Formats: sequence, structure tokens, C-alpha cells
Amino acid sequence: MKYLHLIWAALFRRKTRTILTLVSITAAFLLFGLLDAVRVSFEQAGQSVNGAERLQTQSRLSFIQTLPSALESRIAAVDGVKDVAYANWFGGAYQDPHNQIFTFAVSPNYLDVYPEVEVDPAQRKAWDATQNGILAGEALIKKYGWKIGDKIPLQSQIFPNKEGSKNWNFDLLGVMKSKDGKAFQSQMIILHWKNFDETTPYNRGQVGWYISRVKDVNDADRVAKAIDALSANSDHETKTMTEQAVMANWIKQSVNISLIVTSIMGAVFFTLLLLTGNTMMQAVRERTSELAVLKTIGFSNTSVLGMVLAESVLLLLLGGIIGLALVSVLSPAISQGSGGVLNLPRVGGTTWVLGVALALAIGLVIGGLPALRAMRLNIVDALAGR
Amino acid sequence: MSTLVEIRNVSKVYERGKQKVEVLHHVDLNIAQGDFLALMGPSGSGKTTLLNLIGGLDSPTQGQISVGGARIDNLNQGALAKWRASNVGFIFQFYNLLPMLSAQKNVELPLLLTKLGAAQRRKNAAIALQLVGLADRAGHKPTELSGGQQQRVAIARAIVSDPTLLVCDEPTGDLDRQSAEDVLGLLQTLNRQHGKTIVMVTHDPKAAEYASHTLHLDKGALVEQAAHV
Ligand SMILES: Nc1ncnc2c1ncn2[C@@H]1O[C@H](COP(=O)(O)OP(=O)(O)OP(=O)(O)O)[C@@H](O)[C@H]1O
Ligand SMILES: [Mg+2]
Repeated sequence: MKYLHLIWAALFRRKTRTILTLVSITAAFLLFGLLDAVRVSFEQAGQSVNGAERLQTQSRLSFIQTLPSALESRIAAVDGVKDVAYANWFGGAYQDPHNQIFTFAVSPNYLDVYPEVEVDPAQRKAWDATQNGILAGEALIKKYGWKIGDKIPLQSQIFPNKEGSKNWNFDLLGVMKSKDGKAFQSQMIILHWKNFDETTPYNRGQVGWYISRVKDVNDADRVAKAIDALSANSDHETKTMTEQAVMANWIKQSVNISLIVTSIMGAVFFTLLLLTGNTMMQAVRERTSELAVLKTIGFSNTSVLGMVLAESVLLLLLGGIIGLALVSVLSPAISQGSGGVLNLPRVGGTTWVLGVALALAIGLVIGGLPALRAMRLNIVDALAGR
Repeated sequence: MSTLVEIRNVSKVYERGKQKVEVLHHVDLNIAQGDFLALMGPSGSGKTTLLNLIGGLDSPTQGQISVGGARIDNLNQGALAKWRASNVGFIFQFYNLLPMLSAQKNVELPLLLTKLGAAQRRKNAAIALQLVGLADRAGHKPTELSGGQQQRVAIARAIVSDPTLLVCDEPTGDLDRQSAEDVLGLLQTLNRQHGKTIVMVTHDPKAAEYASHTLHLDKGALVEQAAHV
């Protein structure tokens, strides 16, 4: 600690260079923090406390295949099932095909199996009573500036209405909020399955998937097997999973977030290693005579080694901490800006620990060689400029 | 006067690849406590090499060196570093101050190796700066000081931990006449008033006049023509 001012002074010996290096380190850790947040947000998706309580039943073949609506009563009759809801994929785009909104056509009791989703009772009542009504997630309403009572035009990718047009018009009757801000319904629109089924000539009593709640969480495995047994050897065999598993499967099928994050970070940190490694090497080479003076005065080889190592670790820690602090500031803004599509978590303890550990490790690696050089520096040669 | 530095049959051989260069040949030398010795000689005669051996920056290939009765020729690097920290002050031709640190902080450097607390370090460094007449420049960085002033800061740094021995390698080699005289006067004061033993390498006969006597080195051997001034 006595040497801190020496290390600090050495670090900022070349202000511009150090600041530029610091900026690249900060940028790398900013990227690290943001990507890690994205990874975590995907991991957390569907991890509501009730997750294990809810089971999702879909076609064994693919989640695009539909199931007969007659299954509803049979699933409800399975021992251990508390209640059953169902939904269909609608797939709506608002105004521009790029504005994709998760839109589901759902059974009347759909919201009952998602108690974490809050809807004002009066709005819920109005929606229940209006066949063409929809409820929209809080995040969407904010993003598009909708008001209750608005007519919302939505374009389905697949389903035409009675007139054969894929442009549907709905009445916005209420807002879905989520207590902890995590429920995906806050980024979703739901319409009545009945409306959907009666309007599009394509559906005819088919259901996309069933969501059932079990009476006892510890009984979920047995219940899931019993539900799948209902359709065994039929032309619509089912697969029942926890919501988490469904979500994880879905994400895994679309993208390997972990792999993407890991490979981007690998490339970034590899570049950082080369860049900062080179900077540190250069910084120490320039300081040869100063290091020789320290040794002349009586600083031991190990303390010179330690000081150079500390310098590179300090550089990395500075950049890392600034980078992660920026993530803390930026990620709420990004979440908001994404209109709720990305729900970046706060920079958590694990991210900080990981980031700081990474900074330490990189600091030690890039400081290692110059530090050894400094330690082995021969005073007499260095003083003579050899 | 008692002997402070005792050099017995010291040789120094540098190896350049396969080639061996003997830079010092069987040097014998006693330096008395309180002496101010000037070392002169042609370039390449081994002055710096001998000075580095006396200051414990390097070890001889052969022979014995004791300072204050303690052998230093057989110490390892770590032990030598410790020994230097408490026994020798170094003054170089190009001052060798740390450019990022103020004069005050430069002078405090050797004290970081002692047990002194921060306040005491600050106080001692301030006293040393006062002694070299630069109390008012304590906050200045080396680049904000003239060559002569930088050399005086270096002298303050060399004496701050109160070593018995000062070794100076061409301390005035880079200074104008006036600054050189200031620095030499200061060294003389340190020698006469404060009892520091000084060994100074110089090319300049005028500088050597400040010393109590001068030794000549030629091709790695001392030449018998010591003369008192
Ligand atoms: N580390 C070393 N490796 C190889 N040769 C060396 C080394 N140090 C010194 N020498 C050689 O030893 C000889 C004496 O060097 P030294 O630096 O002691 O001379 P000097 O008297 O101080 O000269 P100058 O007046 O030019 O400073 C020179 O020929 C030099 O090249
Ligand atoms: Mg020399």
C-alpha cells in the first residue's frame, strides 16, 4: 500500500496511452457486462416461482403442430391437475412487419393460471365480455403509446380473417402488468381463442398448447406422464414439460446464447490481451532506467515484480470496474429502449465477481512477462543503457 | 582515520558471449572513513565498474570487498539490495529521478524501505531538501527543475536515509560550470560537515579538486600517482 502512489504514477506516466488503453478495457468489460446480462436474462426467462407448478403440453412432433380441443376436458380430469388453460400462436405485427409482437389466442381462464399477471378487475371484466377485445402488456402499451379503447390493427403472419385478409383489428380493453416485472405477458398481447377460432377458417377447433396447473408441485412428474398417456399412440401424441423446460428448449432451438456470448467474449478478451499486453510491455521497456534506479536504491527484485504486476492489475481493474459500472447505468436504459423485448437484469453479484476475477486474471497474465523482465533487470546494464 | 571500504585483490570479468573481458585487474584499495575520493581515468578504464562494486550494485569475479567491516562481495542480490538501502547513497550523471514524482516524493523513495511512517518520511525528506537548498521546490516535478536542481534533488535522495557512503558517477558530467560548482560544493559540505564518505568518478580535473585526493585508473588498474590537493 505504501507503494500505491508509485504504481499509480507509473500507470499514468503516459497519460494519453493509458487513457486509450483504459477506454478499450472499459469497452471490453462493458460488452462483457451487457452480454452476460443478456445471457442471464435468457436463463431467467420462465423461471417464475410458479414455473414448476405449471406444465405445458404440446405436440410431441413440433410446437407448430396443433392439438384437438377435446383434450381439454380429458386433461382436466387427470388426477392431480388443478386447472387447464390453452393458447394458440397468433403472431402479430403492428404497423410494420418488423414490429413483431408475441400474440396468443387464449382460453377464457388463461390468466387464472398466471396469477403473477395483474389485470385491473374492471378491465378483465370488460375483456371477458368482449369477443374482439385484447389485453396488452404494460411494456407494449408504453412502447407504442396505446390507450385503453384504442383500435389496434395487427397483422398475422399466418392466419387470415373471414374476409381473407391477414389484417386484424382488435379493441384494446386492458393492461397486463406483472408483479415482479418478469412475466413475459407484460410484452405480449392476448386475444380470445373463441374469436380466433371462429374468425379464421384455418383453425377449426385446434389448440396450440395446453397449460395445466398441478395441485402438488412434487407430483408434477407423475401428472405430466399421465397427461401424455392420454394421447399415447394417437395421431397427436403430446409432450408435457415444465414451462422452464419449454422456454429453455425454445431458446436453445433458436440460438445458443451461451456459445455466442462465450465466443464474442473470447474474441474480445483475446484482442484485449494482445493490446494491453503490448502496452504493458512497452511501458516497462520505456521505464528500464527508472526500474534500475528503484533497484539501486534498494527495492528488492520481488517488490519490483510486484509493482509491475500491481500496475497491470490496477489498469485492468480500473477498466473493468468502470465498464461494469457503465453496464449498471446502461442496462435499465437498454431494457426500456427495447420495449421490454430484452429484460436485462441488474448487474448481479456473480457478474461482478466474474468480471473482477477476469480483470485480475488478465492483469496478471499481461503483467507477468513485463514483471519478470523488470525483476530480472540487471541494474548495472540498465544504468549503462545496455 | 579508520578504513571504511577495503578492496582486496578484486578483479571483474565480463563475459560477452564466449569472449571474456577482464575490466578490473587485481585492484587493492582502502578508503578511509570520512574520505572524499575522486576516481579519474580514461573512458573505458573501469571507473564505473569499480564504483558499482563499491556501492554493491555488482559483485566482483574475484577478491574481497568489505564496507564498514562487513563483507559484501559474497552477498546475494536480495541481501545486497537490503545492504544498499541502509548503507549507500547513489548519485548519477543523469540524475535518474522518477519523472512522474515530485521532488519531495523522489526524495522519500528510499524511506519507503524503512519502517518510518508517512509523516516521518515527509518530514525527513523535507529536511534533506532543505539541506540541498530546494525546500521551495518540493512540489516540482523533475521536468520543472534545472539540471543542477535535479542533481541536488538526487543528492537529497541519496542522503535522506543517512547512509555512511555516497557514490557518485560523474555527478557534474551533464552540468554547466556554475551548477557543477554548486553540486560539488554541496558534496564537499556533506563530506566535511556531515562526515559522509564520498567516492566520486569524474573526468573533470576541476571537479576532482573538491575531493581530498584523487586516484587514477587505467586499463583496469590503479595508477600510483595519488596526490593531495
Ligand atoms: N556489463 C558489461 N558487459 C560487458 N562489458 C562491460 C560491461 N560493463 C562494462 N564493460 C566494459 O568494461 C570496460 C570498462 O567500463 P566502465 O563503464 O567501467 O568504464 P568507465 O571508466 O566508467 O568509462 P566511462 O568514462 O566512459 O564511463 C569497458 O570496456 C566496457 O565496455
Ligand atoms: Mg563510467
